[in-house]
Amino acid sequence: MIELLCHPGIGPTVEGEALVAKDGFSARYDLDRVKGVFSRPQHALAGESYVGKVLVLDTAKGGVASAWMLHEMKSRGIIPAAILFNTANTILAQGAALADLTMCDRFADGDVTTLIRTGDHVRVDPAKGHVTILNR
Amino acid sequence: MKLSNVEEAMLAGELGEPRRWAMDHMIKVGTMFDAADFVEVTQAHMMADPESIGPAGLELVEQMARHPEAERRVAIPMITDPRGVDLNHYRPLGQTEEMAEIERRFIAACGELGIMMTNTCINYQTILPPVHGEHVAFGDTGVVIYSNSVLGARSNFEGGPSALAAGLTGRTPRYGLHLDERRLATRRFVVRHQPEGLTGWGALGAVIGQKSGSYWAVPVIEGIERQPGSDEMKHFGAAMASYGSTPLFHIVGVTTEAPTLAAVGGDKLPAEEIGAEDLAALQARFGAKGDPVDVVVFAAPQLSLVEMNQVAALCDGRSLHPDTAMIVCTSPSVFADALRLGLVGRIEATGAKVLEGTCFYNQYAREIGEANGWKRLLSNSAKIVNILGGYGYQPALASMEHCIESACTGRIVQ
Repeated sequence: MIELLCHPGIGPTVEGEALVAKDGFSARYDLDRVKGVFSRPQHALAGESYVGKVLVLDTAKGGVASAWMLHEMKSRGIIPAAILFNTANTILAQGAALADLTMCDRFADGDVTTLIRTGDHVRVDPAKGHVTILNR
Repeated sequence: MKLSNVEEAMLAGELGEPRRWAMDHMIKVGTMFDAADFVEVTQAHMMADPESIGPAGLELVEQMARHPEAERRVAIPMITDPRGVDLNHYRPLGQTEEMAEIERRFIAACGELGIMMTNTCINYQTILPPVHGEHVAFGDTGVVIYSNSVLGARSNFEGGPSALAAGLTGRTPRYGLHLDERRLATRRFVVRHQPEGLTGWGALGAVIGQKSGSYWAVPVIEGIERQPGSDEMKHFGAAMASYGSTPLFHIVGVTTEAPTLAAVGGDKLPAEEIGAEDLAALQARFGAKGDPVDVVVFAAPQLSLVEMNQVAALCDGRSLHPDTAMIVCTSPSVFADALRLGLVGRIEATGAKVLEGTCFYNQYAREIGEANGWKRLLSNSAKIVNILGGYGYQPALASMEHCIESACTGRIVQ
């Protein structure tokens, strides 16, 4: 197991499979929220399903819509299990708070998009600011 | 977070469930960003289009609207960002009754909360611009970056739920841009190629936003040789916020907090140059010269009365190509003036449509694109061409003059 420390975040403790890219995140700009896939052609995860995944991305991008959209996505169950960022922004944190979605940022050991690999099984404890890679 | 007596009372539910919800929401967010306490705000501005809120967001606000009047009314003046459905013109766009019904119900719920439906993302040009040092809770990234940068007000990006929480309580967690130290420059750019027109300013904003790339980056810009106007700053800021998620910039000698480079700490930063090649690279991403164009859009941000007048002048004596549509989005207050001044009639005489209180990208852009067969989209807004790629469009960027020429010839002029 590998234990990573981050800033305490928002939401419940969850486990899931990681989907990682050194790219940004905006629910409005990047997602087909009906199909549950990244839809912006330029996004590093274009075509990938985000449903139930622990998304690991660099930073929050785009506008304010994500603050409502995470809650709307949660209501339909088409949502990631958690989102980890190097740096979140206010909108994604507000969206996580409304949706009760797990979100953390600011990792002590450096770039989270290299610390965690796609396919890793991770547990996120936002209250403590702990992320555990369970398979390594 | 340290709470005052009234904040403790709100959190305990003594002032009703809506204010308890609001405090709980803001404490979660404030804790993530290490806010020490709350700061009082004078206005709130809420983004809440029906596509973003969905049935779940509608239900949340309708539940609040069922509480007694004393518990549900907002505590400070609260206004709204553009809607997603122009209730006077939605069926022709392919929007459904279901979409319109979410809109109608949400507007009714907002009325119960005492929210003024201004439906605008240019409130800083049309409603009540904040002043230097005023703490506010604004939504819409374009509104926030303009208010912070040009006017010197203090706001974080507040999504709809947080703006609503601020409206209900008259406060917001004190973090981010409410703090002096977060407003100092972190990147220094020297512009070597002067921007021209609204699209040129938008492209420059996009380049700086891309290079800055984070909510916590504050660019300071030198080398601007001509004092820009409000619409130019509007496109510049909206694009920067869209490409970079940046909420504040300084231009030395132009914006409120940067009379000098040193005033924002820029003298201690290494200078990065931005030249014609940077702008050309951005514009090349949205190049499509000679291609057929399905829809030309003026929006993001909504047009000021001055922009409406410019579009109307370019439309005089012209007609749209039969295979090309044109949509113009403005605020209800500008729409009323533009109607009175004959501008709406002159624009619509071409076959175009002026929409009131909406903005193209937050009005179910994917669904209306599919309903109308719109794929190739042209706009003078660097912001909207950034957004709409994810909605299935092939967006292209051109000046206002070239957009209207393209709409009339059916082929993209750049």
